[in-house]
Amino acid sequence: MILNDTIVALATPSGAGAIAVIRISGEKAIDLTAPLFKSVRGKNLRKQKSHTIHLGHVVDDGKTMDEVLLSLFKGPNSYTGENVVEISCHGSPYIQQEIIQLLIRKGCRMANPGEFTLRAFLNGKLDLSQAEAVADLIASDNEASHQIAMQQMRGGFSNEIKKLREELLNFASLIELELDFAEEDVEFADRTQFKNLLKRIQEVLKKLIDSFAVGNVIKNGIPVAIIGEPNVGKSTLLNALLNEERAIVSEIAGTTRDTIEDEISIGGIGFRFIDTAGIRETKDVVESIGIKKTFEKIEQAQVVIYLFEADVISNDNEKSQAIQIEIGKLKNKYPRKPLLIIANKVDLLSEKELNFIKTSIENIHLLSAKSGLGVDELKNKLLSFVNTGALRNNETIVTNSRHYNSLLKALKEVEKVLFGLDEDVPGDLLAIDIRQALYHFGEITGEISNDDLLGNIFANFCIGK
Amino acid sequence: MFEKEYDVIVVGGGHAGAEATAAAANMGSKTLLVTMNLQNIGQMSCNPAMGGIAKGQIVREIDALGGYSGIITDMSAIQFKMLNKSKGPAMWSPRAQNDRMRFAEEWRLALEGTPNVDFYQEMVSGVLVEKNNVVGVRTSLGIDIKSRAVVLTNGTFLNGLIHIGEKQFGGGRAGEKAATGITEQLVDYGFDSGRMKTGTPPRVDGRSLDYSVMIPQPGDIVPEKFSYTNTLPLNTQVDCHMTHTSELVHDLLREGFDRSPMFNGRIKSIGPRYCPSIEDKINRFADKDSHQIFVEPEGWKTVEVYVNGFSTSLPEDVQYRALKSVKGFENVKFFRPGYAIEYDYFPPTQLRHTLETKLVNNLYFAGQINGTTGYEEAASQGLMAGINAHLKINQKEPFILQRDEAYIGVLIDDLITKGTEEPYRMFTSRAEYRTLLRQDNADLRLTPKSFEIGLAKKDRLTRMEEKLKKSNDFIAFFKNTSVLPKDINPILESVSSAKVKQSDKMFKVFSRPKVTMEHMLQLEAVSKYASENSFDREVMEQTEIQVKYSGYIEKEKNNADKLHRLENVKIPEGFDYSKLKSLSHEAREKLNLIRPVTISQASRISGVSPSDISVLLVFMGR
Repeated sequence: MILNDTIVALATPSGAGAIAVIRISGEKAIDLTAPLFKSVRGKNLRKQKSHTIHLGHVVDDGKTMDEVLLSLFKGPNSYTGENVVEISCHGSPYIQQEIIQLLIRKGCRMANPGEFTLRAFLNGKLDLSQAEAVADLIASDNEASHQIAMQQMRGGFSNEIKKLREELLNFASLIELELDFAEEDVEFADRTQFKNLLKRIQEVLKKLIDSFAVGNVIKNGIPVAIIGEPNVGKSTLLNALLNEERAIVSEIAGTTRDTIEDEISIGGIGFRFIDTAGIRETKDVVESIGIKKTFEKIEQAQVVIYLFEADVISNDNEKSQAIQIEIGKLKNKYPRKPLLIIANKVDLLSEKELNFIKTSIENIHLLSAKSGLGVDELKNKLLSFVNTGALRNNETIVTNSRHYNSLLKALKEVEKVLFGLDEDVPGDLLAIDIRQALYHFGEITGEISNDDLLGNIFANFCIGK
Repeated sequence: MFEKEYDVIVVGGGHAGAEATAAAANMGSKTLLVTMNLQNIGQMSCNPAMGGIAKGQIVREIDALGGYSGIITDMSAIQFKMLNKSKGPAMWSPRAQNDRMRFAEEWRLALEGTPNVDFYQEMVSGVLVEKNNVVGVRTSLGIDIKSRAVVLTNGTFLNGLIHIGEKQFGGGRAGEKAATGITEQLVDYGFDSGRMKTGTPPRVDGRSLDYSVMIPQPGDIVPEKFSYTNTLPLNTQVDCHMTHTSELVHDLLREGFDRSPMFNGRIKSIGPRYCPSIEDKINRFADKDSHQIFVEPEGWKTVEVYVNGFSTSLPEDVQYRALKSVKGFENVKFFRPGYAIEYDYFPPTQLRHTLETKLVNNLYFAGQINGTTGYEEAASQGLMAGINAHLKINQKEPFILQRDEAYIGVLIDDLITKGTEEPYRMFTSRAEYRTLLRQDNADLRLTPKSFEIGLAKKDRLTRMEEKLKKSNDFIAFFKNTSVLPKDINPILESVSSAKVKQSDKMFKVFSRPKVTMEHMLQLEAVSKYASENSFDREVMEQTEIQVKYSGYIEKEKNNADKLHRLENVKIPEGFDYSKLKSLSHEAREKLNLIRPVTISQASRISGVSPSDISVLLVFMGR
């Protein structure tokens, strides 16, 4: 826990909204923000009074990023008791991230969860009753946050990180042993093995870090392929998801987005829906090309939605059979890819037809995009893939910028240790970097030793916002 | 016969007792040292050596604070080594072999020469307590001696029980009686006590050994010393020797295992894992067919020799037969067999940071009574107890060292916060900020603090300030002076470090891994500056460390600053944890027991989780 630096974080819920507020707190909050803010009236931010609002643009190197409203609070009369700047920008996750990353590049640090409140507390800004409410919350919540964080880190990576941390810890102990028992005849840490371990760690860290850079879901979204023939209700479905979530489809400059893709934010996570033509067998050459393309899209997608009109199951035997065959084909071809089978327009079905459809197709999801029936359930299903780690894509692994920061720092330390080994740096100095690396690992896995807990304090609550 | 009332009575005259006496007396307290045998002040009960890894740093700290251990070690040293010179500066650890008899004599003379110290020889059988305040001690003759504070440093003497094979007898050290009465009285008063065990190897006649088959272990070619004062380094030294045990030796030892008090259940208490007996070693490391043995002379003239690495409580005949099979020991003659000793200790979680007991005011514990092992650990506690006893009775602020200020701070904080299940020995890895706690800067860290409380004398402070100024000047010189490629490149080449293309600040080149002060002194500008300012070895060393390791030192300083944040959040005395329902059950129990004084200390208690700490922080709202 460092309390003398300047921190930044999103103060509004993550995901898309009409506007978002980015909060910066710390001694240098105003000094760091001033060069990035171009007031429309040419005001110098440093000379403005406390509790004032200013209209202007966030500019990076002459490039305008967004038009914003900036609120200025000077310590001690602010939420945290420190100098605070709040930037109200447009709500696109992309813009939020760009502004936050810009501030980090200029010297801010990404705030830990609850850190604003921690600072508020330490600066005497919370009263006891608020504090008591917080205490209960922490006690019940602290555990959960790391578990969720680890779950979000999909695939085998959370286990791998844990395992690597343990191995590193073992080596750290060996090095300590070697230092303290130099006079006695104990066996020491094998440098070659140690180097190999560090290289393995380096590799994994790099992979995770890269995955954040390319696969940041905020930027690109989780690709979901929708398979379905025209008129089965794809656009109605997308609109249903959209309307429910007050979500915004972000226009990302410079990315080559397929025009038939739609990005929708659900629960703060971006999903990119890709329309496909369907996979029905055909002799038509043009259509065959279309099918080939569909499979390519499915390949790239992390989730597949198979959509059809519910009534055909009981009314059109031929079509019904074709659907069954296609579902079977998808399951065979992509056994590990999450597949959602959705029967749309169920509002048109009778009770009997509904029951029939449920018995004919396993795990069928019933939906009426028009009436909104089953939409919430669908959203939860989509989110659950994210939270349970069901998505197996080689791109996106790290989705949390706090983790990203920790990974970067851990990598830096690991590289220092590697460098140190090459330069024959003595063990006691290596140990400093190893301890530091372990600390950053701990920030991700939650296994923070008692001495490392300081930064974790107040991590899981947000009150008074 | 006695003063009407002493300020401080110190019970015991070992490393802890002697330092406690000197500190209290030097600060101005009328001090009485009571011990069972005044001939045995400052005994080295085990190996004839001071210092070593982490322990050497402690001795330097004691010296920087104005304690005597460093000076006495220097005056009685027969060999000096700076261990770990190949590692980083945090690991450099001074170690001396000592003349055991001279060491004890120097201690006695030093105490006799200290004003305000009275001596008395008798066993103390209990402390006098009135209304939770200690008011003196009672001796075995029934004499009551009054005092305002008492420091107990009973070492291994409380109900000491010596084991050699199947024989066991009461005693505090070979040839000395055990002390009785104190444990029982304190337990009645509500203290918790436990038993611990330690051991020592045989002492043998050096004339009976064949050194020609052993490997000599000489001291440093240019020996340093412990004290920052003007004690003299050695100009002649005595060698130690190394030899090894063998399978045969192990087999012979194993023959006695059924009669070993360690293995037949007679000794139940826990010994130091880190200083195992030879039987423990061959038992635990069964795959090793040989262990090192260091043969250490006990003095300049005496023929007695200490067999380091062969600590044992096996029957004396087994010890003898096995040792005879060690290379060079074929004709060995025993001075006395090794033995194990069990003794009472008081779990140190019953103490405050000042080493005052929580139960009885003005009563202090120091040394093995707190479950520690080692002369250095004991001496430093004695010093701190003596200082704090004096401060307390004079209504002054307590003197507490933080974990980033001294190994002594780490030691005491660990003891009172975590307690100890086995004899506690200091390691460098116990210190989170070991790079800050070096042997070279103990004076810079601690002498000003000690001067402030009136222990370290002015000349110590002046000396330290001069060293600080000179090394700062020298560091500034390296920061401000540039060096040309033609001058520095030959040196860089000689250590296969990349050459520089244009002139650069000396500081930058000096910070490269393989470049040393010696290299820098090859530059004319540097050697000229150094000699003009007559920099001595210490200034050179200080400068070199601060330049070469500045990155690491800064990093640890930053980390230590974070610690201070929580160190500043105090928990009020008598805080009622039971009302904090959000705390885990275990945390509530532990916190109630240990009663930490700061949030930071609370965070180091095992069983107190990060979320418990957050909860506490919330309730400590300012």
